Amino acid sequence: MDAILECRALGKRFGATQALENVNIRIEPGRVVGLLGPNGSGKTTLLKLANGLLSPSEGEILTAGQRPGPASKALVSYLPDRTFLPEWMGVPQLLHFYGDFYADFDRAKAEDMLRRLGIPEGQQIKHMSKGTREKVQLILVMSRAARLYLLDEPIGGVDPATRDYILDTIIRNYNPEAAVVISTHLIADVEQVLDEVVLIHGGHVVLQSSVDDIREKYGKSVDGYFREVFRC
Amino acid sequence: MEWKIRNDLPIYAQLVDQIKLAVASGAFSPGERLASVRDMAAEAGVNPNTMQRALQELEREGIVYSQRTAGRFVTEDAAVIEEAKRSLARERTRNFLEAMAALGYSGAELLALLSENMEEEEHGRDS
Repeated sequence: MDAILECRALGKRFGATQALENVNIRIEPGRVVGLLGPNGSGKTTLLKLANGLLSPSEGEILTAGQRPGPASKALVSYLPDRTFLPEWMGVPQLLHFYGDFYADFDRAKAEDMLRRLGIPEGQQIKHMSKGTREKVQLILVMSRAARLYLLDEPIGGVDPATRDYILDTIIRNYNPEAAVVISTHLIADVEQVLDEVVLIHGGHVVLQSSVDDIREKYGKSVDGYFREVFRC
Repeated sequence: MEWKIRNDLPIYAQLVDQIKLAVASGAFSPGERLASVRDMAAEAGVNPNTMQRALQELEREGIVYSQRTAGRFVTEDAAVIEEAKRSLARERTRNFLEAMAALGYSGAELLALLSENMEEEEHGRDS
């Protein structure tokens, strides 16, 4: 099967700092993958390389078989780790904005999910709670018919009910033709929705494995295993 | 149904166990149509591929079956359901015996403890 995301000997340097080194991973369609690692391990750098916001210093990265560029961007839906939408916009403006930008945006689907959030008419992003803002952004990102969804810390700093909503939205939008990469350090919270995990530490991939293989082999959760490996 | 995922076992194996329990206890009736894989996965809060794997395992064991277009159903075969029930009961009994052995109970002492508790429970129900 063709990989949706493939890294071959991928490296990224920022000046003297080696942010990523010799990364080799393959992510197949239909997979929900956790990109897990402590803060500063290179997760965000890897996601930015995958959507073409950064370019590799060494090796290569391919999304749906192509180098990141205008053509591949149409296939990749990216949720950055901070608010990325113009703050003055409300729901109607956001729907226009996404519809204008992305040919694969399913407006009806997004409208339906947004309606159920019950956001007051005319409320601007800057006046929404953090949880609501995260939900709105996720809905927009997941309403594209992309092949690769890159979600950078989608559950960072939200309450448990919002976290459940976000994970539920990811599961309900599952598409066997597409892959989802979720970057987070909150492993216990996402573990159940993942097929596999990529553990990254100090710019190196230390493990790519299925969640149930880790549980089978070590008799503990990925979270428990991770705490043991990265104990300092 | 309520799903509980523990940390120390593969997720798919726990899904197999819990669906089997739902069938054995009658929470899923014989011949009942199951929700779609995606909906079951969302309800359990697990990955759809993991739920799919669990359902395939249950299909292999004959506890559920699929019909090409209509979906997936709980078996109507009473013998299969009875066997699922017995195998769950055996497994739980084994776990119980292991836990009791760890506390130093076995043989006559264990039986006495059991009947004592069963009597208490009967009385509890009477009053």
